[in-house]
Amino acid sequence: MEVVQLQTRFVEYTASLFREGYLDAQFTQLQQLQDESNPDFVVEVVSLFFEDSERLLNDLTRALNQQSVDFKKVDANVHQLKGSSSSIGAQRIKNACITFRNFCDEQNIEASLRCLQQVKQEYSLVKNKLDTLFRLEQQIVAAGGSIPVME
Amino acid sequence: MVCEMENNHLEEMDIEVLSSMWPEDINEAGRQFNIEKPGGDQDMLEEVTIIEEPTIVDFKRLLELTNYSEKGSSQLAYLVKNWEYKQANVVRLLREELDNLNKQRQEVELKKLEILEEHRFEEERYGCDKRPISILDEVYDIWQDVPRRRNVVVVENKGLEIDAECDTVIYWKQQAMHLEKLFGGKHSARAVVIGHQDKELRYRFIYNHFPSLQEEDIIGKTDVEIFTGAGVKESQEFKREVLERGLPAKREITFETELFGSKTFLIYVEPVFSKAGETIGVNYMGMDVTDQVFDLLIKDEFIMFLLAQQVRKREKMAKVREELAVQKAKETELNKTIHITEETMRAKQMLATMSHEIRSPLSGVVSMAEILSTTKLDKEQRQLLNVMLSSGDLVLQLINDILDLSKVESGVMKLEATKFRPREVVKHVLQTAAASLQKILTLEGHVADDVPVEVIGDVLRIRQILTNLISNAIKFTHEGNVGIKLYVVPEPYPGDGEGHHKIIADQSTVTENTQKDDRCLSMSQCISKQKDFYGKEHEEGPYQNHTLNDEPKTPVENEASMDEDNENHLHLHETTVWIRCDVYDTGIGIPVFYKIYLSVTNDTNILFYTPDICMHMEQVELMGGHLTVSSREHYGSTFTFVLPYKVSPICEDSDDPDELSDMADHDAAVDDNDEDTSSGFFQFQPRTLGSLFSSSSSGRAQKLSANNFGFSAFHKLNGFADDSCSFPSNNIISKEMTSVDDACSVVDASETSSEPKSSLKLSPVSDSKVARGKKCHDDENGQFQNPCKYSSHSSRVSREVDEITKPRDAQETCQMQSKSDRSSRCSSSSGPEIPKSASKPKILLVEDNKINVMVTQSMMKQLGHKIDVVNNGVEAVHAVQCHNYDLILMDVCMPVMDGLQATRLIRSFEETGNWDAAVNAGIEQHMPPSDSSPNGQEFQLSTKRIPIIAMTANALAESADECFANGMDSFVSKPVNFPKLKQCLEQYLP
Repeated sequence: MEVVQLQTRFVEYTASLFREGYLDAQFTQLQQLQDESNPDFVVEVVSLFFEDSERLLNDLTRALNQQSVDFKKVDANVHQLKGSSSSIGAQRIKNACITFRNFCDEQNIEASLRCLQQVKQEYSLVKNKLDTLFRLEQQIVAAGGSIPVME
Repeated sequence: MVCEMENNHLEEMDIEVLSSMWPEDINEAGRQFNIEKPGGDQDMLEEVTIIEEPTIVDFKRLLELTNYSEKGSSQLAYLVKNWEYKQANVVRLLREELDNLNKQRQEVELKKLEILEEHRFEEERYGCDKRPISILDEVYDIWQDVPRRRNVVVVENKGLEIDAECDTVIYWKQQAMHLEKLFGGKHSARAVVIGHQDKELRYRFIYNHFPSLQEEDIIGKTDVEIFTGAGVKESQEFKREVLERGLPAKREITFETELFGSKTFLIYVEPVFSKAGETIGVNYMGMDVTDQVFDLLIKDEFIMFLLAQQVRKREKMAKVREELAVQKAKETELNKTIHITEETMRAKQMLATMSHEIRSPLSGVVSMAEILSTTKLDKEQRQLLNVMLSSGDLVLQLINDILDLSKVESGVMKLEATKFRPREVVKHVLQTAAASLQKILTLEGHVADDVPVEVIGDVLRIRQILTNLISNAIKFTHEGNVGIKLYVVPEPYPGDGEGHHKIIADQSTVTENTQKDDRCLSMSQCISKQKDFYGKEHEEGPYQNHTLNDEPKTPVENEASMDEDNENHLHLHETTVWIRCDVYDTGIGIPVFYKIYLSVTNDTNILFYTPDICMHMEQVELMGGHLTVSSREHYGSTFTFVLPYKVSPICEDSDDPDELSDMADHDAAVDDNDEDTSSGFFQFQPRTLGSLFSSSSSGRAQKLSANNFGFSAFHKLNGFADDSCSFPSNNIISKEMTSVDDACSVVDASETSSEPKSSLKLSPVSDSKVARGKKCHDDENGQFQNPCKYSSHSSRVSREVDEITKPRDAQETCQMQSKSDRSSRCSSSSGPEIPKSASKPKILLVEDNKINVMVTQSMMKQLGHKIDVVNNGVEAVHAVQCHNYDLILMDVCMPVMDGLQATRLIRSFEETGNWDAAVNAGIEQHMPPSDSSPNGQEFQLSTKRIPIIAMTANALAESADECFANGMDSFVSKPVNFPKLKQCLEQYLP
C-alpha cells in the first residue's frame, strides 16, 4: 500500500477512535511525548498498560469469584485500572471503571461482575483498536513513511 | 260628597262667607264659563282647584241666606246645580287625568320590562369570567354573617347554598321580611313568594306571606306537582331554563290555577351554584302583580328592587373583577419578583464567575508584587509596594467577599476557623485604610495585652467587618482619630453554660499562650533586634530554647494529633475567649449619618440597617457575637462587636502556613514588620504616601529600617536558593546552613541528632555567601520569571505560593539573622545572591500506578526534569527522610499509605523537626545515606516546607479541600498533562 494511503488510513482510524470515544485527549498527550529520543513511547506505555490491565482484570475476576468478596481489594484494583486507563486516555475503560467503583462502594457483587464484564469488553475493544493502530504505524514506518502527527 | 265637604270645613267657612257673598253673585256667569272652559285641556286642572275654593264656602251660609228670600232659594238651587255640574266635570277631568297617567305608567312599565328583558341574560357579558363560582365564593363568605344582617336593606341572597337548611331558613325569612317591609307600607296584602328549588326543581324552601298551602305540601315537590293550570308549566320551564343557562332571569307569568285563580306573578329566578361551580338549584322570587292600578307602583318597586339587586350584582361583579385584576396584578408582581430573583441569581452567578475570573489574574498581580517585595528595593519603593500589596490584597479580599456574599445569601456560608493574629489584623486593616486615606486623620489601634496573640476565628469576615467599619468611620470623620480597640471581655452571655469555666480556664491558657507567643515573638523580635543590637541576639536565643524546653510536649502532642482530623486537633486544645472590638471615631456621630437607617432599640445600643453593616451584623451573629453602636452627635461613634474566639495553646502551629492560610497573605505584605505581632499599639499618622506606616510599638518600630526590608528580601531569596541547589558542594553548604538554622529555630539539637552547631554555624557561612554573591541576579530572574509569566493560575494556587514562601521567610529570616550578624552584615547590603550552578530542582513523584509513573516521568523528562519515583506514602516518607526535595507530586490514593497521611507526616516533620509522627505511624526512620555528605558532614534535612502537590483522580472540591486540610499545597487533577504539570512546576519550583 502506498505510504500516503496508509497515512490517511492511520489518521482516519485515529480520528475514529477519538470520535467513538475509545480514546480521549490524554492519548494525544502520550503521542506528544513520543519523540526521537523516545520513538516507541506510546507503544511502550500502552503495552505496559495492556500488561497491567490484564493482571488487574485477572485479579478482579479472581477476587469477585471468591466466596466472600474483598471489596476493598476489588476497589483498589479498579482504582488502579481507572488510573492507568485515564493516563493513556482509554476513556471508555475509565468510564466503566467509574461505574464499577460505585458498585464496589455498594458492595454489589452482581453489578460488580457485570461491570467487570463490561470493563473486560471495553478493554478488549480498546486493545484491538490500539493493536490495529500500532500495526498501521508499523506498516507506515516499514513503508518508509512517517507517522502523521495528530492534532 | 257635599255633606262631607260641609262637615269637614264647617269652621273655616265662617270667615270666608262674607267675603264670598258678593263675588258669587257677580261672578256667576263667569264661573259657569270657567267651568265649561276646561274641556279636554289638561291645564284646566289648576283652574279647577282655583274654582274649588269658593265652592267650599257655600252651603251653610247659603242655606241661611235662602231663608231670607225667595230669590235666595232660587239662587241656591241654581248654585247647587251649578256645583253638581262642576263636580261632575272635575270627576271627569280627574278620570281623564288618571287614564292618562295610567297610559303613561303602562308605557313606562313596558319600557322597563323591555329593559329587563334586555338585561335578562346580560350576565353572559361577564363571560370573560368563566367561573361564576368565584362570585359565589365571595357571597359564600357571608354565611356566618347572615344573622347579623337583619338591618341591611337587601342581603345578597343570590347564590347562597342551601346546604345548611337552618341558616338558610333564617336567611330567607329575613329576606322575605325585608321584602315585606319594603312593600308592606304601601300594599301589605301584596303576595310575595320566595323559595329555593333544587336541581329537580323541587322546593327545598318556601316563604309565602299568605300561605294557602302548608309547608309539607310544598317542600319536596315541583311546581307542576303542586299546581295545575296555565302558567305553571311555563314557570317550571322558565326555571329550568335558568337552571340550564346558569344565569338569573325575570319574567312575568300569568297563572291560572285552581288554587289562586288568575294571578300574574313577576318571577325572578336565579341559579345557585355549589362551590365546585355546578348548578345545584335555583332561588325563586315571585310577586303577585295582578291587575290593580297600584300594583304598578309595587311592580315598579319590585322591579326596582330587582334592578337594584342587579346593580348590586353588577357592583359585586365589578368588585370581583377588580379583585381579579388585583390578583392578576399581584401575580404579575410576583412573577416579576421571581423574574428579578432569577435575574439576581443569574447576576450573582455571573458575579461569582466574574470574581473568579478576576481573582486569577489579580492573584497573579498580587503574588508578583509579593515576589517583587522580596527583591532589593529602596525604602520608598518598598513602601509603595506595600501599599500596592495591601490594595491588591484588599481587592482580592473584596472579590472573595463577593463570592462569600453570594454564599451568605444562598445560606450556605460556612464560617471558617482559621488561626490568625488579631494584632496583625488590626494593624493591617489600619494600614490598608491609611494607604487610601485622604484626610488628616490619625489611625490608631490598641490591642490590650490580654488579647491572645493568636486566636481562631473567621479572619476573613472579621477583617471585612473591621475594614468596612473603619472606612465608614473615616468617611464620617473629618478630624481627630479613628481607631480600633481590642480587649478581652467576660463572656457576654453567662447563661450559656460552660462559658464561664472556659473563660477561667482560658486565663491560664491565654497566659500560657502568651508565653509561647512570646517565644514566637521573640523569634521575630530577634529579627529586628539582631539587626541593630547584635549583642542581644544571644540573650534571645537562650530564651527561645528555654521556652521550648519548658514545653517539650507540645510538638509531640501536635504530632500525635496530626494523624487525626485537623479539626479534632483543634478541639483538643482550644478554649474560648471573648474579644471586644471597638471601632471608634471622632466624627460627626450617628444621628447625622445614619439617621435614615437608624432604629433606636434601646438607650445605648442602636441597630442600624445600612446594607453592609446589616450584613455584618448578620455575620457577627452568625459567629456567635453581636454588633452594636453607640454614638454621640458631633462627638463620634463607636461600633462595637464582641465575638468569641477559640484559642489554641499550641503556638507551633502558628508557623504552619496551612492554618494561618488567610493571614499568610497578609503576612506577606507585612512580614517585614513581624515584630508588630507583639505590639499592642499602632498608629498611622497622616502623612504622604511615601511614609505611610509608622508603628510606635514600644520602640520596636524604629527598627523598621530599609535594612530590615533588605534583609528579609535577601533571606527569602536565600531560602529559595537553598532549596534549589542540587550542586553538591554548594548544596551541602547551604543545607547545612539551613539545617543549622532550623535546628536553632526548632531547638532540639539532641533529637535531630545534629552535630555541634556552633562550629558549623560559623564556618561555612561567610564563604558560601561570598560564593553565592555573583549569582544573585541570575537567580532572581530564574526564580521569579516563571511565576510572572503565568499569572493566570488559580488564586488558590497562587495563595499557596504565598504560603510556601512565607513560612520560609519567617523561619529563615530568623535563622539567617544570626548568620548575618556573624558575617558582619555583609550580605545585607550586598543583596540577594545565590548560586544556581546548573542546579535542578529535586522532584519526587509518589505514585503507585506504573502507567501513571511512566507518563508523568516522561512528561517531566520533556519538561527537563528528572524525577525520583516512589510507589506509596511510606516510601515517600523514606525518600523525604533521605533527600531534600523541592517538590513532591503526591498521588492521593495509594496502597500501604495514602498521600494524605504521608503529607501529614512530612508536614509534621517540617514543623517539629523530628519524625516522631512517622515513627508512630509505623515508619522506620531511614537515615540519609552517608555518601550524601561528601564534605564529611552529616546530612542534615531541611525542615523547610516542601511544596506538596496532590495528584487526585477526582478533582472535586471536597477532595481538594481534603488535600489542603492535610497540608498539601495544591492539586493536579489526573490524568496529568503537560499544561497542568508545567504550570505546577512553574509555580512551585523556584
